[in-house]
Amino acid sequence: MEPQQGQGKPHLPPPSLWPIGFAIGVVCILVGLVVNWPAAAVGVVLTVVFGFLWVRDVTADSRRRDAGTEPAGAGPESATGVAPPVPASEGETAMAPPEPGERYPRSVFLEGATIGLGAVIAGIVTVPIVGFSIAPIFQHTHHDEVDLGPITNFKEGEFVISTFLLDPSEGEITRRTAYIRNNGFILDKPSFTVLSNRCAHLGCPVQPNGPMFDKLKVEEKTKAGQVTLTPTLPAGGFGCPCHGGQYDQEGNRTAGPPVRALDRYEFYIRDGRLALGKTYSVAEVIGAGASARIKKYRLAGPGQHVDGPEQWFYPLQPPS
Amino acid sequence: MAAKGKSDKSPAMQAALYPLDWMEERSGLIGGIKYFLFRNVPRDSSWGHTLGSATLTAFLVQLGTGVILAMYYKPDPNSAYESVQRINNDVTLGWLVRGMHRWGASVFIILIFFHMARVFLFGAYKYPRELNWIVGVLLLPLALLEGFSGYLLPYDQTAYWATVVGININGTAPFLGPYLASFLRGGAEIGPETLSRFYSLHMLLLPGAIIGLIGLHLYLVVRLGVSSPPWSKEAAGRERVEPPPARGSGLVKPAPRGVTRRPD
Repeated sequence: MEPQQGQGKPHLPPPSLWPIGFAIGVVCILVGLVVNWPAAAVGVVLTVVFGFLWVRDVTADSRRRDAGTEPAGAGPESATGVAPPVPASEGETAMAPPEPGERYPRSVFLEGATIGLGAVIAGIVTVPIVGFSIAPIFQHTHHDEVDLGPITNFKEGEFVISTFLLDPSEGEITRRTAYIRNNGFILDKPSFTVLSNRCAHLGCPVQPNGPMFDKLKVEEKTKAGQVTLTPTLPAGGFGCPCHGGQYDQEGNRTAGPPVRALDRYEFYIRDGRLALGKTYSVAEVIGAGASARIKKYRLAGPGQHVDGPEQWFYPLQPPS
Repeated sequence: MAAKGKSDKSPAMQAALYPLDWMEERSGLIGGIKYFLFRNVPRDSSWGHTLGSATLTAFLVQLGTGVILAMYYKPDPNSAYESVQRINNDVTLGWLVRGMHRWGASVFIILIFFHMARVFLFGAYKYPRELNWIVGVLLLPLALLEGFSGYLLPYDQTAYWATVVGININGTAPFLGPYLASFLRGGAEIGPETLSRFYSLHMLLLPGAIIGLIGLHLYLVVRLGVSSPPWSKEAAGRERVEPPPARGSGLVKPAPRGVTRRPD
């Protein structure tokens, strides 16, 4: 009688301490990735060595049985695994032996054809479904330049909280906020600092660390919907309410968890009006105002490093 | 089978049982349900063993209330918040159903962890129940994802920013993180797509997967039986067999176990 449902001997793996070393190795790798690389290398060595020992330990039993030291039919494994399976022509559920040469090849063909056709149909059905749900990842989201109104609304050297619709056709959900400072002219060209309010930690809205002058709010109706401009005095830079990230007035991180400076918008002057273009990520800003040198990178998600060794964790970015 | 029982029953009883007999004869369902409900369990099974069915009950409550909420909820950025307010304030007993769904979600997650702790501490994940532990391990993140996707649906400030942060945490995962975040958002930015996407995940994909895996989970429970608590002096409905003699692994030698037998 074939043993069933564990009525035979329990299939207990031998107790082993190797997994503990393996776990320590994994921890070493993870900590090392964050803290320092040699520790991660040590972790890899530990993991591989202890992993090997663990696997060796766990499989010792079956390897020994393969070598033929265990008597046949002693355990449930040997009934299902090592011993030859009961032929279909024997036992209670005996099947009539297939007629050689006549029925058998055709049934194999029919079986293959059924499975094959089924797979083809499943594939044909799946491709559009998966494509439909994944396609948005690979699609560029275009939006027109955002018209913020005449540049005379921006006083030189003062920050303005500017809210606008990125895509007026999508409505209020695309309302974004930028902190904009008119830096005056550099070589006869107007210069602006346009900081995105998206925290570089996890994307919460950063707030100005200073008063906001709601009474001086200017509302402008442009083709980018209702634009609001509220003067502010972020004397202490900008701060994020979620996890305490802090930035100076150039958007450089000064404290807290953010991994880089605040993102910025490209800007254009169109017929004396300020227009915002794409967003880009900034590793660091050296200097200030019109003479600032901005280490500019492709837009990355919040929390993603754009420079340093950690940038290799994010080798590919979906189009934005 | 049915004929045997008929002889000692009154005609009224026979008439009442006739539909059941009819069903049983054609489907075997009655027997199957009896087999499922009236299984042998260890005599000393404890209240801890009820945590699994408590979790199942919490899930069924979520299913029921969720279906009703879906009748009134509008997954559109411009009307989602208002529709939830309407459920809370205008729909008869809507506050109760939404409250059950909202608080029941926490109850569901908490019970999962209690259930998991019970299984772990009782050693019920051991042979032959390892696969059921693995199924549970798959169920846990699905339940957490249900919580995550459901959190956006009220579409208030908390929901919106919590989801922004949650998606961006996913986005910081190495290599595929940015794509995962993009998939969850349905594009580069959180927008109308995100809400309907989360709604679909929350009420179709994830519950479907959870229902399927719960079915597998229960099948394995029925097939393998309920494990005895670790302090049990009795075997769980079958002879306890001696473990194989300890092979020296070189590190730990297990203490010989007391072999208990059922009193004959």
